[in-house]
Amino acid sequence: MNTRGKATTGRPEDASLSYREALREALREALATDERVFLMGEDVGRYGGCFGVSLGLLEEFGPDRVRDTPLSESAFVGAGIGAALAGMRPIVEIMTVNFSLLALDQILNNAATLRHMSGGQLGVPLVIRMTTGAGRQLAAQHSHSLEGWYAHIPGVRVLTPATLDDARHLLAPALADPDPVLIFEHGSLYNATGVLDRGVREVDLDHAVVRREGTDVTVVAYGGSLAKALDAAEELAGEGIDAEVVDLRTLRPLDDATILGSVRRTHRAVVVDEGWRSGSLSAEISARITEQAFFDLDAPVERVCAAEVPIPYARHLEQAALPQPAGIVAAAHRAVD
Amino acid sequence: MAATRGAPSRGSHTDRPHRARGEPARAPAPEAAHDVELLREMLLVRRFEERCVELYSAAAIRGFVHLYIGEEAVAVGVHQALTERDAVVSTYREHGHALARGVPAEAVMAEMYGRVTGCSHGRGGSMHLFDAGRRLYGGNAIVGGGLPLAAGLALADRLRGEERVTCCFFGDGAFAEGEFHETANLAALWGLPVLFVCENNLYAMGTALAREHAQTDLAMRAASYGMAAWSVDGMDVHAVEKAARGAVASIRAGNGPHFLEARTYRFRAHSMYDPDRYRPRDEIEEWKRRDPVATLTERLRTAGLLDASALEKLEREVAEQIDAAVHAAEQAPEEPVESLLRHVTGRDEEAPS
Repeated sequence: MNTRGKATTGRPEDASLSYREALREALREALATDERVFLMGEDVGRYGGCFGVSLGLLEEFGPDRVRDTPLSESAFVGAGIGAALAGMRPIVEIMTVNFSLLALDQILNNAATLRHMSGGQLGVPLVIRMTTGAGRQLAAQHSHSLEGWYAHIPGVRVLTPATLDDARHLLAPALADPDPVLIFEHGSLYNATGVLDRGVREVDLDHAVVRREGTDVTVVAYGGSLAKALDAAEELAGEGIDAEVVDLRTLRPLDDATILGSVRRTHRAVVVDEGWRSGSLSAEISARITEQAFFDLDAPVERVCAAEVPIPYARHLEQAALPQPAGIVAAAHRAVD
Repeated sequence: MAATRGAPSRGSHTDRPHRARGEPARAPAPEAAHDVELLREMLLVRRFEERCVELYSAAAIRGFVHLYIGEEAVAVGVHQALTERDAVVSTYREHGHALARGVPAEAVMAEMYGRVTGCSHGRGGSMHLFDAGRRLYGGNAIVGGGLPLAAGLALADRLRGEERVTCCFFGDGAFAEGEFHETANLAALWGLPVLFVCENNLYAMGTALAREHAQTDLAMRAASYGMAAWSVDGMDVHAVEKAARGAVASIRAGNGPHFLEARTYRFRAHSMYDPDRYRPRDEIEEWKRRDPVATLTERLRTAGLLDASALEKLEREVAEQIDAAVHAAEQAPEEPVESLLRHVTGRDEEAPS
């Protein structure tokens, strides 16, 4: 069944759409092309998805395949694991990464571990989608960025679609992965709009992408921070500093080659991470650069992370807690000057 | 609450319907052979684990080893109701479940030895026995961690229209975990074909039932989720078999999840590390008088279905089976350490179907 592009949407291919709609098209395609796929989570059906991603899919595919669940993260994530063990291809939606901690036992102790503990007999081809990140004044329990924690775990793949094209085309290869794939959608991106690149049909989950080429400093970012990194690069360009921006896209496994290749060209690195600095993914990336490209560096690796505070509600405090373009620009200056 | 211990709260499943306890022996009937098989399976579990104690003391096997001795009637009885198409989810006290499921003793023993011929290729050990071909999905060391998996396995069957049942074993300790209650709710809400078997051995590690549960009538609590729930004498293999057959038939008929509390007792400590200071000696002795293996043996002997020489032959066959398993495990190769990073992701392995 051909369900790609305008065939499913009736939308002209060059019309703009939102990140939310791009995700929905990916879900629709997955449900339409593989009977093993079903979507399960809190409010994914009648409500249309907590963030509107699955709006209309219940009517199209019915309640067996677009399945509303109770507020029982452990049970429905674990049920997704069980269904994957039995040969289905479940897509489980968790409202936010904060709530995923209620299912952390299932994700870490079962999904990530069963293949190894069973000596390779069992696989868990499961996709878990969740929102991450701050910026919408939702306060601490809806705003954290814990994807770096998940990237710590062997046995899972961690994806952070930062662009419309990734949102649209990342799901199919994620479903084809024989292992659990966690997809982190930054909450500030759902309303972002643009036009899909008709040349993109599938996303390479193994490689980071250079989103902007440059010669003076490498800015490593992902997810919700990518746009901030690109904004910073534009500002730096106005000052005569040519920044290269690398979008990690996949936090586990990390694509060392692309990161290090860029740093070896620019000799300077700034790592942007919405997680807290202590024990963060930025620390891991900084360590890898230092371990593998120390003698290529002309300056210490800089990091721009969230402040070491639970994310506050008040807008000015929330914004102050998060990485911002100005902070990225300042970090680049420290590296270059 | 101690008064509820040991005695079924609802439904009396003290024996099979076709032969009441103490009834005079009749000519050997087809069920006689069945009963001898039940005894053989329970003996295999019992003697296998007794050998594990020796091997552990000799440091041939290591890690946490949780013995099932005293609880054999539950695994063996429940498995009479299951077919190879059904699925089983187990816990860390699972030697009995694996053996009753038909996993060869060689494969289980090799796993205890950490050998590559083990049923989990030496990656799991005593607490993580898997057999994908026999639909044995662990071996979960997180108390209650297997419960949601059972709901998912059953959900997959439901979505594909398969008439299969998923049987999930767990203990009274797991009943206190949120995962039991989340999963019971989900399974009942969606009418999933799950048999929840709570092996209530009265202790969550070292904590007695009444010290871990405000309400110790577990079947009543399970029933509150809208599923059929029974308690059964877990020391009586016939009672367990009868209850399990009834529950599985009802699940297959489309009546949604069922709950079976098997009241049982472990004769040994929680694990090999446990000094077992929390249980009165006379309580242990009292339960040992209801030993499910001895009880069935005596029943068969009284009924004239098993004489001394037949029992001796049975014991010898089981001992030879275990000897062979130990021998094979000792001879089996270890996985080369160069293979350490295998089985982390499936990219290099055949994708699961």
